[in-house]
Amino acid sequence: MLVKDNPNDQGQAIVITWTHPAPESLLGFRIFRSTSPTGDFTPVEPELLNRTDYLDTDTLLRDGVAYYYLIRAYSANDSASSAVAGPVIARAQWFNASRLNVLVLTLIISALFIYYILRARQGKQMFIRKISGLDAIDDALGRATEMGKPILFSFGLGYITDMVVIAALPLLRRIGKKSAEYAVRLIVPNSDPIVMTAAQETVKEAYTEAGRPDLYNPDNITFVTSDQFGYAAGVDGIILRERPGAIFWLGYFYAESLILAETGHTVGAIQLAGTTETTQLPFFVAACDYTMIGEEIYAASCYLKPEPVMLGTIKGEDFIKMLLIFIITVLVFFGTAATLLNRNIPSLQTVFEAIVNWFSPPS
Amino acid sequence: MFQRSIPLFIVLFTALLLIVAFFIPHKPFGDLESRFLNWYAIISGFTFLLGLDSLTRHHLLKVIRREKGWFYSLLLVLSLFATLTVGLYSWVKFSSPFALRAPFMWLYKYMIIPLQATMFATLAFFIFSAAYRAFRIRNLGATLLLIAACLVMLGNVPLGSSIWQRISQLVHLVFPNTRLDLLYQIELFAQIKDWLMAIPQAAAGRGIGIGLALGGIAMSLRIILGIERTYLSS
Repeated sequence: MLVKDNPNDQGQAIVITWTHPAPESLLGFRIFRSTSPTGDFTPVEPELLNRTDYLDTDTLLRDGVAYYYLIRAYSANDSASSAVAGPVIARAQWFNASRLNVLVLTLIISALFIYYILRARQGKQMFIRKISGLDAIDDALGRATEMGKPILFSFGLGYITDMVVIAALPLLRRIGKKSAEYAVRLIVPNSDPIVMTAAQETVKEAYTEAGRPDLYNPDNITFVTSDQFGYAAGVDGIILRERPGAIFWLGYFYAESLILAETGHTVGAIQLAGTTETTQLPFFVAACDYTMIGEEIYAASCYLKPEPVMLGTIKGEDFIKMLLIFIITVLVFFGTAATLLNRNIPSLQTVFEAIVNWFSPPS
Repeated sequence: MFQRSIPLFIVLFTALLLIVAFFIPHKPFGDLESRFLNWYAIISGFTFLLGLDSLTRHHLLKVIRREKGWFYSLLLVLSLFATLTVGLYSWVKFSSPFALRAPFMWLYKYMIIPLQATMFATLAFFIFSAAYRAFRIRNLGATLLLIAACLVMLGNVPLGSSIWQRISQLVHLVFPNTRLDLLYQIELFAQIKDWLMAIPQAAAGRGIGIGLALGGIAMSLRIILGIERTYLSS
């Protein structure tokens, strides 16, 4: 039996491991704890355990106190106790060692981003490739204006804590400004009240910036429901009644994405979509006129307001992507070589596995 | 000036605090994330009043102004208050509106769930119409997409397996030396589907995933460093 402090935690946890004595008649184990090696041992888990490890996170457990454990094995007619193990003291750690890989990568990535931001601040010219989905915004707005139809914008089921919703806000601002200039009604049905409030503020600012605050009507930016298919039904109803000329699906979408986009297609709206939910991208590609794939939606604010500092972050992102492609390529060759030469040089496989494990997600 | 700088400072401070908390399990950092999420849940709970206000006001105005479709708005408002009344009654009568025998749960079981299921079921028809447009043979890319989609579908359904059995029997007729049981075992459509999903699809998905992760980091840094301020309407 082995007892130790649970590593990388905030304390009040002790790990107990033991070896199974193997007889088939064994029903299970019960763990007992005491603050003294000879004191009263009380059970920490009322159920019989049929495994060889246990994490004691009892609320009575205190950090800095020495504990002793023993384990008792039970069969139908008999029981036997192990020797007392301990003392063991639970402690809170100041650093989660299992997240060292994240720390190292965060520092490298942040350093590269900051380097490119500083370079951009020094006046270095940056180039951003054409994003056709973003270029299509003005065309879609123009078409809706010509047809005299409203514009619909949806964040889907996104919350304000979702990065994609924050990334979509500048797009809403841009669309809001244009819709104010063209005097076209902008409808924003929401599934989250906080997002609704943010959208109302953004559109209001955009209308003021366009010099048409009189056109702003908060009734166009409303709450529908937070229920997934209730939202889909509500927005479908709005589409069929209002028949918008342009629809923007920018945010977080799940299974309702195709229901929404196909209804938009039915009324003949020009549709532009962008989501970070990769499982929904094929549906948008199939049903919409333009789809922003992958990080394009995150690049939107830099694309629409191409300030050097903003573009610096895109440059940094591209450099890191190149670096990752290089690392993946090297590891593919290394892994292949390790597999092929495993018989002659087994250590290669060990090194390869250690590298791959280092990159694996932390606990 | 402070209207802009104070929110930016709060964002920077909170972000740094959460980053530090990710690496330090020791108190007071360890449970910061869950505490923040609890606060968010409390705040968002209150903001549902805003949502309720928005929804009822919007539809009541439609009813009062007799706008197009006002009758549906009236139905929505009446349903909303009927649900609230039934919920309150269930709460008083059964101590909880979610008690199994409570009328509020009947509403949930016999109205909300069937309505949700109906809406979800319409997805099947929409998939069909979207697939029809996406898979029309217009160019080489669309043709490859159509072939890949057909193979994946055949690999996923029992029909693919029975087609493969017929093909195996034909092969066995033409080449009698081949063993039929071995041909059956090959399950070609299932193997092609597995390969398509595990190699080209997974590679494309991971590529997009890496891009999204980096885009997310870049966006976070822009927000933390105060470069991206559109969320503050500036």
